[in-house]
Amino acid sequence: MRVRWDGVEVEAREGQTVAGVLMGLGVRSWRTTRGAQRPRGLFCGIGVCFDCLVKVNGVPDVRACRRVVADGDDIRPQSGAELPS
Amino acid sequence: MNRVVVVGAGPAGLAAASAAAELGVEVVLVDAGAKLGGQYFRQDALARGDRFALPLAVEHVANASVWAVEPVEGGHRVHVRIGEADDPSRTGRVLETRALVLATGAYDRAVPFPGWDLPGVFTAGAAQAMAKGQGVAVGDRVLVAGTGPFLLPVAVALAAAGARVVEVAEANAPVAGWLSRPRGAAAGTRRFPELARYAGMLARHRVPYRTRTAVVAAHGSDSVAAATVARLAKDWTPVPGSERRVEVDAVAVGFGFTPQLELAVAARCRIEGGFVAVDATQGTSVPGVFAAGELTGIGGAELAASEGAVAGAAAAKRLGAVVEPPLGAMARVRSGRRFAAALAAAYPVRPGWTGWVRDDTVVCRCEEVPLGRLLEAVDERDLWGVRPLKLASGAGLGMCQGRVCGANVAELVGLDDGVFARRRIAAPLRLGELAGAASTAEEAGGSPASRADQSFGQDLG
Repeated sequence: MRVRWDGVEVEAREGQTVAGVLMGLGVRSWRTTRGAQRPRGLFCGIGVCFDCLVKVNGVPDVRACRRVVADGDDIRPQSGAELPS
Repeated sequence: MNRVVVVGAGPAGLAAASAAAELGVEVVLVDAGAKLGGQYFRQDALARGDRFALPLAVEHVANASVWAVEPVEGGHRVHVRIGEADDPSRTGRVLETRALVLATGAYDRAVPFPGWDLPGVFTAGAAQAMAKGQGVAVGDRVLVAGTGPFLLPVAVALAAAGARVVEVAEANAPVAGWLSRPRGAAAGTRRFPELARYAGMLARHRVPYRTRTAVVAAHGSDSVAAATVARLAKDWTPVPGSERRVEVDAVAVGFGFTPQLELAVAARCRIEGGFVAVDATQGTSVPGVFAAGELTGIGGAELAASEGAVAGAAAAKRLGAVVEPPLGAMARVRSGRRFAAALAAAYPVRPGWTGWVRDDTVVCRCEEVPLGRLLEAVDERDLWGVRPLKLASGAGLGMCQGRVCGANVAELVGLDDGVFARRRIAAPLRLGELAGAASTAEEAGGSPASRADQSFGQDLG
């Protein structure tokens, strides 16, 4: 299957999480914090810490470590606190 | 009501669901994962099928988050959201039960150090989950650090996924710890071959295993480029002058585990010493609520499965099944608990870690609260409890609701760490889902969402 990361089409496999796809591409960070705009990516890996938030199909605050990709997903980095688009 | 509901499909939950179903009762097994197994038995998400098989009487509800448990007449009502993680399209389901088994497990504790908020620092569990579940190594050159036997399989999983593990830094000196508790070590002998096997694999990969050593800083601008490790005194105070810089692009840290207590707390189960108190049948202080696995103490998969088998039988009995006491499993629980006690004694988190946190080190990752601001809030405002502490400092108020920082913040300011586990909404959900859940619950004959709403407000204020 194929998904889009920050506007670019990339390959993905069934069962992969968003974090699995991004880290497989060598991406380490896909969010900035609300306060100091510091980069964040995966931390706990099991849905506990909410550090790995990302936008999927226009919806922000999706945990990249928990969300399994679906064909055609539009995945974008998240900047601070975002509203759904 | 006439069914057993098991929350969590790790070793404890799988055993509980199977045991209850084999005794002829209907079972619903609710789990956050897509596949069975939980963290310890994590399956390759990219492979087809499921390597676990459950009895037919078990209904497995996958991709499901339990966000609230409320006591109702004769039992409990369990509120579940089902569907893709954090998607607004998830659907709600309400399960009522007279016999609830909580097997929600635990997650890694990470203690803060300068630079731990850089991308490239992961928990040991994350490194393990990415390697085993997704086939991805979290870095090319990885430092594994923390304390406990779990660091060994994490290092092995990283090596198997293609990473170069440059070092395993164990903050304790576990051999001395084990020898001081011969009874516990004897109870854990079945674990020794497994640990010896991991140690052998690390030796073959030429991975140094250093005790009384810890990562005390990570360096980099936007991502980890290096780390500093130091030798530790017995209380974990870094030995001055022992610091070494290691070139790594990832650090995986694990300082033991924190139990996922919120559902047990919501069900008003008694908590003792940070874990759910249970009797010989895994019954909690609340009739009809059982707990098994890491919730009752950190003891590993084998103990969790034994506890699950006992809890499942006890839950089936509560529903009227004719049950012989599971004496074998109960004996395994007793010996497993001796092993767990030895484990806890050999791999404690010792107080010297607070010495490697600086004033500008973030202690609450969500709200970006540095140590300095936390201590300032405590000093200036004469804080007496967790709520004012959270409000004044911001620590523990973010999305993770203190799951990551709670134990650390409590230790830094001298509070009991159980106080952070009071989360009436056990899993964050979107306001739209909460609004939708209110109407679902009303159909089921109650209005927990309105109550949850009020308590959510309380938690914030």
